[in-house]
Amino acid sequence: MTRGENGARQGEGRLIGRSVPRREDPRLLTGRGRFVDDIALPGMLHAQFVRSTVAHGEITAIDLSAVRAVPGVVAAFTAEDLKAGDIIARLDRPPQEFVTTAMPVLARDRVRYVGEPVAIVVARDAYAAEDGIEAARVRYAVRPPVTSEAAALADGAPLVHAEAARNTLVDVELFATDGIDEVFAAADRVVRVEARTGRQNALPLETRGAVAHWDDREEQLVLHTCTQVPHQVRTVASRCLRLAERAVRVVVPDMGGGFGLKCVVGREEIAAAAAALRLRRPVKWIEDRKDALSASFLAREQHYDVRAAFDANGRILALDADVVCDMGAYSCYPFTAGIEPLMAAAEMPGVYTVPAYRVRGRAVATNKAPSAPYRGVSRPQYVMVMERLFERAARELDLDPVEIRRRNLITSFPYTGVNGITYDPGSYRESLDLCERTLRAEGWYDRQRTARAEGRHVGIGYACFSERTGYGSAAFAQRKMAVVPGFDLSEARMDPSGAVTVTTGTMSHGQSHETTLAQIVADELGLDLDKVRLHQGDTDRVPYGWGTFASRSVAIGGSAVRLAAGRLGDKLRALAAARWDVPVDRTALGRGEVFRRDDPDTAIGYVELAELAYLRADLLPKDIEPGLTATASFDVFNDGTFSNATHGTVVELAPDTGRVEILRYVCVEDCGVAINPQVVEGQCRGGIAQGIAGALFERVTYDAQGEPSATSFMDYKVPTAHEIPDVAIHHLQTPCAFTETGAKGAGEGGTIGAPAAVLNAVNDALRPTGVELDDTPITPETVHRALHRRHYQESTR
Amino acid sequence: MTTHSRPTDAPAADAPAPEAPELQLMVLDVNGERHEVITEPRRTLVDVLRHELRLTGTHVGCEHGICGACTVLVDDRPVRACLMFAAQAEGARIRTVESLSAGSCGRPDELGDLQRAFRERHALQCGFCTPGFLMLAEGFLAERPDADREQIREAVAANLCRCTGYQPIVEAIEQCAAARRAARPDARKEK
Ligand code: FES
Ligand code: FES
Repeated sequence: MTRGENGARQGEGRLIGRSVPRREDPRLLTGRGRFVDDIALPGMLHAQFVRSTVAHGEITAIDLSAVRAVPGVVAAFTAEDLKAGDIIARLDRPPQEFVTTAMPVLARDRVRYVGEPVAIVVARDAYAAEDGIEAARVRYAVRPPVTSEAAALADGAPLVHAEAARNTLVDVELFATDGIDEVFAAADRVVRVEARTGRQNALPLETRGAVAHWDDREEQLVLHTCTQVPHQVRTVASRCLRLAERAVRVVVPDMGGGFGLKCVVGREEIAAAAAALRLRRPVKWIEDRKDALSASFLAREQHYDVRAAFDANGRILALDADVVCDMGAYSCYPFTAGIEPLMAAAEMPGVYTVPAYRVRGRAVATNKAPSAPYRGVSRPQYVMVMERLFERAARELDLDPVEIRRRNLITSFPYTGVNGITYDPGSYRESLDLCERTLRAEGWYDRQRTARAEGRHVGIGYACFSERTGYGSAAFAQRKMAVVPGFDLSEARMDPSGAVTVTTGTMSHGQSHETTLAQIVADELGLDLDKVRLHQGDTDRVPYGWGTFASRSVAIGGSAVRLAAGRLGDKLRALAAARWDVPVDRTALGRGEVFRRDDPDTAIGYVELAELAYLRADLLPKDIEPGLTATASFDVFNDGTFSNATHGTVVELAPDTGRVEILRYVCVEDCGVAINPQVVEGQCRGGIAQGIAGALFERVTYDAQGEPSATSFMDYKVPTAHEIPDVAIHHLQTPCAFTETGAKGAGEGGTIGAPAAVLNAVNDALRPTGVELDDTPITPETVHRALHRRHYQESTR
Repeated sequence: MTTHSRPTDAPAADAPAPEAPELQLMVLDVNGERHEVITEPRRTLVDVLRHELRLTGTHVGCEHGICGACTVLVDDRPVRACLMFAAQAEGARIRTVESLSAGSCGRPDELGDLQRAFRERHALQCGFCTPGFLMLAEGFLAERPDADREQIREAVAANLCRCTGYQPIVEAIEQCAAARRAARPDARKEK
């Protein structure tokens, strides 16, 4: 069924586009939300993990006898005891491009990062579990650790996985446009950017956790866990624990954020489930912050070495990139260690018309906690590098940095890039123009001039980017994932009282799906919002789905719920048409009833139809089945859709302290039809805050032994309301032609644009000093050191 | 390969078995209700609230005093309940997020004014930090009803939120403060 076939819907457009208050809020505001640590089951035990204290080594002995003697400890298990299968993520690529490695649920004979789980201790309460951990004795034969991407690739480097030569898990060379070397040789200008980006933690405020128990009546393992991908957890749990998928039920309660860190399957939730099966008692595991900072999933540690060729007018001619991503010790399920390098390699040209492109993307293994997708996945990094290339070219060619972007932006759509991706229409140029106009109109360029005259360091920076959202199966298949995410299924059901329940395979962890997806359904059926209830995050209640990541929920999940609701509407119309004995196309839906197009005053309410469908099946015509249920699936069969934005920011840098203060932040975004504009703005603001965090503050560091040095919020600097500025948001709207609502997806854009905008602004502020910075985070220390070095160079010249 | 053996910090295997921790009776006044709890003296206030009294509205984001997710009021002042033993709160008046709304059903029409302002301003996304910010703001506004936006921002900077970018939280508290001031013109004139 296509949109509009249901004809004149009086309800249409009533809720989509309106900032209706969130359905989620009342329970969350009154302390009545239910997060995973709020679950308490009778007889429940508490688990914690004995974790590796060395970054790399063999386990030579594990002695848990003292653990088992600790008061309150009920059991302690090693990998040997649990015998769970490994977590294995694959790409369908040849061995020279991808090396498959296995992540055991508990380390067996080898440890590969500090914090790797070695044994699980189960106790009466969490305090006793901690006591138990302290009594564990584990001996290691220490191997030299690999703690940086450069060390991993060095000749003779120790191997993190014996099967991965040169510690390389992924190595792809793509595109290599014919004649690209000649283009570089003949170009007027070649600029280069080498940049390193710091390792980060996605840092949902709620750490990971799970409560697992065996339900004898259902003959099922029930695993409550805060995950963005409930069905993927079910699949992995069923494989590792050798249960049918039917015998595993994953239930996701309220979630305190995820940002990608919870869209992969962790070993701890599987271990907790295995312990619950062994003990036949409920087992709860709640990660503490120290473990969350050092031993969960990290992201973003990348090294770019990129050249771009330009003509004398500032038009980009070619791009040649080498990207190495430090993925830590293991491949994450289901995305693998390819998640970062493949994203960067495929999409780096971004919003610009790049005629020739060559890229090598590599994932290397190191002795650090493994990486997972984090909001934006590589795009914050490669956008930053692209934007630096344009800024550098503008400087060298003496062009205005906004003008050089204008000359290179994609302006006619659909546009098929050198990377083979077709970009659907967006407002690349318009968003840049509006962003610049806004900062000019607000007087920031004048203020900058005045400040410079006073010797102050004020800078203005921009970032133009698009964000592929709504990746369907086709786009993930291009990555050659061995399991291919993409579609979504939805089931819409009307009960005998006329209320509607709709399911989604996506999983909101702050994105407000209970509100936004319900808005879509309510409009489709012409119902009030409070007549629609969304079910998500329960593999027994919700048909198979791929969860929430890659800004897919509204684009794909939203399309599926709309289709399902539309089919439910068709059933209601069929019932009414039978009652009136008219063809179905003479009927239409609106305001909670089916009415006759030829006589709109003749109508039957949904309640009456629902009663008929369920309670008076004896009256139904032969060809109409009782009940009111409809299902639909949605997938994207092309390259997906691209949201876009331009961010502009103004910073002031204090040269004596190196501190960067953000004076103004403007975001012009276009995510197609905004189902709920307030929710979209929330995604922008939150995303920008995380992008600023990556640009200026957060970094996970390790010492030479591979010991993480930021294991509390004292050392891992999460920005507060002091550091995060107010953000002015302007909306443009280029509807998507192939999602059911015209929406594109808005989850990650803020995080993608902010690092580039901030970095460019800082460099603009530094311009009078001659210092340029390409690495993030730009901390006061790095600024200070760079200025000092520059000063020293000048004074010794 | 360098090979040496490195044991973890652990008691020797022949060390005497640790004793079971002692229990203690505590009397806590939470949201105007008296609770008697028998538990270990080492348990923090937030753990007792959450796991013994089952008041799970108060959250734990770091258990080391930085994030503020565990903020409750102790004798009207915002306190990090992860940094305090429950035993230390005996004799004090403790208030948690569960005390903020008129009714107990969490229905939209029963939200208090601060909660309504948070909802109107979209000052929560995942909602995990929210009880902490609500109690922080409740304590702060009681003490500083005339705070301006900058002072509110200063107060908000005490807690972490990973979702909202803080601006809507500042705006919600500002809106609530303004509405409270507008509702008490006489009280203000008297000062
Ligand atoms: S949990 Fe108490 S401050 Fe973070
Ligand atoms: S709303 Fe998620 S941490 Fe604040």
